Amino acid sequence: MGWLDIFRGRKPVAATAGAAKERLQIVLAHERIGRTREDFLPKLQAELVAVVARYVAIDPGKVAVNLDRGGDMSTLAIEIELPGPRGLAAR
Amino acid sequence: MAQVVVITSGKGGVGKTTSSAAIATGLAQRGKKTVVIDFDVGLRNLDLIMGVERRVVFDIVNVIQGEAKLNQALIRDKRVENLAILPASQTRDKDALTKEGVQIIIEELSKEYDYVICDSPAGIEKGALLALYFADQAIVVTNPEVSSVRDSDRILGVLQSKSKRAEEKREPVKEHLLVTRYDPARVERGEMLKLEDIQEILAIPLLGVVPESESVLRASNTGTPVILDAESPAGLAYGDAVARFLGEERPHRFLEVEKKGLFKRLFGGRAA
Ligand SMILES: Nc1ncnc2c1ncn2[C@@H]1O[C@H](COP(=O)(O)OP(=O)(O)OP(=O)(O)O)[C@@H](O)[C@H]1O
Ligand SMILES: [Mg+2]
Repeated sequence: MGWLDIFRGRKPVAATAGAAKERLQIVLAHERIGRTREDFLPKLQAELVAVVARYVAIDPGKVAVNLDRGGDMSTLAIEIELPGPRGLAAR
Repeated sequence: MAQVVVITSGKGGVGKTTSSAAIATGLAQRGKKTVVIDFDVGLRNLDLIMGVERRVVFDIVNVIQGEAKLNQALIRDKRVENLAILPASQTRDKDALTKEGVQIIIEELSKEYDYVICDSPAGIEKGALLALYFADQAIVVTNPEVSSVRDSDRILGVLQSKSKRAEEKREPVKEHLLVTRYDPARVERGEMLKLEDIQEILAIPLLGVVPESESVLRASNTGTPVILDAESPAGLAYGDAVARFLGEERPHRFLEVEKKGLFKRLFGGRAA
């Protein structure tokens, strides 16, 4: 904050432009790839669920797909809730 | 043959119509026969910004549907020679536009005009797609703000895949970046994306930078394209952009905070 700002009663503000640039670079890097390739996630999820369902009885509604797009690395987490022993016994 | 130029952005409210009016007027001032088409069917606004709202009789949809001749729908500007406006319809929706209809209009206009400027609606739906489909050049209007930059990137992708030039695998649409509502003071304080950052991210040639300026509201209040306000920073910046568009070299201005006198610095006062 410049000393003149004191007279203007301006509160110091955080410099957020750097964060804006960084976030844009990451999201656009991903979107530009996605443009030439179809969104494979829904298909991936369906196929994975089908494979798992061959071995265990699962509720397709209890599948969570989480993606965290990073600059150097992205993580894809697929969480499938499996029924416990009591759940199975109830069937 | 005319050059067809789309003014587009993806995001709404970034200054497409303001820029379309200014650039079309600037081209006409420089002796180019120019027509500017409002593609924002349902949300007509170019007529107001150009100050011709009281003279609209027919619109682009009437022409497409054969209810009026193109010549009847064109409004000739009274201030600047060589300038005409084709308004959008206010009552229909975007489905009233058809690719064939737009093609006929653009071909017809191309015979008579040097530049056909297409003011795109926001979004990437039908209206926006039709506005850019026939383009030879695109001016991508971007504000120094994350969502605007992202949408500009998206619209660049659309230009590269869904324009007529792309479909026919001809030379790609020539792209220009126009940054508007740039506030050097906020950039200096690190609150707003820098011009260099936007350029680095979008990586297309820079046509101009239009500062945030009170003159734009003043101009729209009176229906005068801001480029006719030759005293104002925004008017001057649009003038430079038009000159560059026509191949002139001009240094960029209004990128730095104006050095104000101590009095103004203490007691405020913004760019006119
Ligand atoms: N350089 C500028 N300085 C200050 N205000 C501006 C500037 N450029 C545009 N504006 C204001 O921003 C608002 C939106 O401008 P405009 O209508 O040109 O945007 P648009 O992209 O055409 O919007 P839409 O997507 O709705 O068609 C208007 O109120 C206009 O006055
Ligand atoms: Mg508009």
